[in-house]
Amino acid sequence: MKKEIKKIKKKRVILNQIKSSFPAKSINESLSRMIAASLVCQLDPTIDELADIKTAVSEAVTNCIVHGYGNNYKSISSVNKSGGEINLYACYYDDNSIKIIIKDKGKGIEDVKKAMQPLYTTDESGERSGMGFSIMQSFMDKIRVISNPGKGTTVIFEKKISRPV
Amino acid sequence: MEIISNVNDGILYVKLSGDIDHHSAKTVRDCVDNLIRKNNPAELELDLSSIEFMDSSGLGLVLGRYKKQTDMGGKMKIINPTKRVLQILQLAGVEKIIKIERIRQA
Repeated sequence: MKKEIKKIKKKRVILNQIKSSFPAKSINESLSRMIAASLVCQLDPTIDELADIKTAVSEAVTNCIVHGYGNNYKSISSVNKSGGEINLYACYYDDNSIKIIIKDKGKGIEDVKKAMQPLYTTDESGERSGMGFSIMQSFMDKIRVISNPGKGTTVIFEKKISRPV
Repeated sequence: MEIISNVNDGILYVKLSGDIDHHSAKTVRDCVDNLIRKNNPAELELDLSSIEFMDSSGLGLVLGRYKKQTDMGGKMKIINPTKRVLQILQLAGVEKIIKIERIRQA
């Protein structure tokens, strides 16, 4: 008789999380990476792992500000009325992995695949490198980008943090 | 963000310290561009040894200054990037177009 092998996949458990939202102001780029880094620090990451996460978060939040909301932040009241808010969620699991979700309700990306190509940029001033998504991809283990034109973009990162020796 | 600069023999030396992200890049860009306009240097030396954080906005800043400098007939090099900054520069292949120099500091 054929023995049935049932794969038992252990479901990972969230040990801690943080949810935050802030206006799409460029000054909040550093705030966002500090929020994510503060949570991840509880896992005792290496300096490089922490720098990877801070860089990826900074890239994603900058994209929300520059592309999602078109660098168009005006005031706190306009954030409440017409969007201009960025949501950041970060958590870590019992398997020492982290997940970070960065979400805007901006204009969205028409062609995510194209936007993720290295050196692709819609900026014509020559001041944007077009390397944002490439940096996110190389510094994190997994990245998922969900975008609906006119509704916004969500970027989800995952990364495994090495266990301290 | 702190910017230190000096001009010597047609070489404009600019040292950046702190974080370069999209927020700080504009201030740095305006400052460096002013220095380039004022001094019209034969060479721009960008010292990145004291950068604590840099993302792709920093890449844009470096590439934009390189374009400005070469458009004006000048040269540019990057001095002593930190390990992290070098990693980001290499990801974009910057070392293939801009000279990166390691100088032993006293």
